[in-house]
Amino acid sequence: MDAMILAPESNGKFAGMVEEMSRSNLSRCWHCLCCSGGCPFAQDMDILPNRVIRMVQLGMKQQVLASSAIWLCVGCNTCSMECPNAVDMAAVMDVLRRMAVQENVKIAEPGVLSFHQKVIDSISRYGRTHKLEIMMRYKLSEKDFFSDMDLGLKMLSKRKLDLMPSKVKDRQQVQDLFKLAKDLS
Amino acid sequence: MTFSHTQLNYFPGCSLATTAKENNASLIYFLEQFDIGLKEIPDWNCCGSSSTHSIDPGLALALASRNLFLAPDDKPLLIACPGCHLRLGEAKLTLTTNAKKRTRVEQHFGKPFHADLKLMHFFELLAEMSCAGLFKDLTGRLKNLKIASYYGCMLARPPRMNRLPNHHGLIEKTMTALGGDPVQWGFSGICCGTFLSVSRPAIASRLVNRIMKGAIQSGAECIVTACAMCHLNLEIRCAPENRIPVFHFSEILSLARDGKASREWLNRHLIDPVPVLNTRWKM
Ligand code: SF4
Ligand code: SF4
Repeated sequence: MDAMILAPESNGKFAGMVEEMSRSNLSRCWHCLCCSGGCPFAQDMDILPNRVIRMVQLGMKQQVLASSAIWLCVGCNTCSMECPNAVDMAAVMDVLRRMAVQENVKIAEPGVLSFHQKVIDSISRYGRTHKLEIMMRYKLSEKDFFSDMDLGLKMLSKRKLDLMPSKVKDRQQVQDLFKLAKDLS
Repeated sequence: MTFSHTQLNYFPGCSLATTAKENNASLIYFLEQFDIGLKEIPDWNCCGSSSTHSIDPGLALALASRNLFLAPDDKPLLIACPGCHLRLGEAKLTLTTNAKKRTRVEQHFGKPFHADLKLMHFFELLAEMSCAGLFKDLTGRLKNLKIASYYGCMLARPPRMNRLPNHHGLIEKTMTALGGDPVQWGFSGICCGTFLSVSRPAIASRLVNRIMKGAIQSGAECIVTACAMCHLNLEIRCAPENRIPVFHFSEILSLARDGKASREWLNRHLIDPVPVLNTRWKM
């Protein structure tokens, strides 16, 4: 356990925003730890999911947005099945990731964010995800050329990775969706 | 119960269209055997995917919405990938409950949103087929094949969707009805690691190997998955000592129907499933 938590800002502004954007009532959380107990990634996170909630309540915005926990959360909703109080943890984590990107916080897991961006780039090009290209571009950006090379070759030989993308024909419509997206977030 | 589906609209999604073609092909094949035709919705796009949803929910909603507007609403829209089903389901819920977003989306597509469009997961269809007695001639077909049923996170949902139908136990129930022998094991609902398989492979490997080892220890001869992404992660992140064949649910169903599975599907597996099939069937 860490030492005493010093709450920098407890006027509830940060907590209020997270609640509103995630449409989840954080005061329902009674810190039973069921979410953290059920989360398959809890051991890899720097802050346990229930603590993320508590720190949001305490206004510890910078610490939360700089945590690895928000990036290692894959949104599997396992915690929601465990939570007795219907706290939408995955939605809370979604909001925190978005805030971290918008506020230019130093991202604790840049590789995870970079992968998500490669997927979105692929969707913007083809309207669908092109796995081979996503992998190549990701590896390039990480300057990691050798790990998983054998795996990649094996997947190619099994035709698990297509050389050519599966595409949406109407590319303009895809671009229009990116414009529509701005009004929906 | 009478069974009336002869034609459904179909959303394959990116995985089934590419890395998991064998899942797509076996699903289409299996349903054809029961005279259920699938009509792919024209020019569909990515469902909104977990990556998009993770950092840009507005984009996830826009992507999912286009698919919902493309789907004709005369028949249910069949979805086989649990991830796509969740993303499209969430978008439908948002468009139904949030008037402002619905209006914006309707304005974009220039037509009203059909809130009664039925999104049907493959499991729902199977449950209906089973209720209608379509599998009654298939008893014993799986020759006591010991199966570890794997759902991954598919049964977990956000709180606002937790009143929707849940299909816990459907793989076990169906496999038993077809003569398979599902084992009891502890990992059927443990997440496969999803995209961390790429960006944090060590984490995904740890989860995958626990799952695979768990299946071997339970005495299972194979794993049956409900999700194409789980299938891929289990195959690519598994250490050599924990290898156990992994089948798509649709492949095993086709096997039960015909006593064989297409070589084309099996050849696309990274963990060779033929030896275990050869213990009972001639492949
Ligand atoms: S399971 Fe729910 S109530 Fe319990 S600590 Fe987690 S979020 Fe809070
Ligand atoms: S949704 Fe996130 S916090 Fe919850 S169990 Fe999954 S990875 Fe853990």
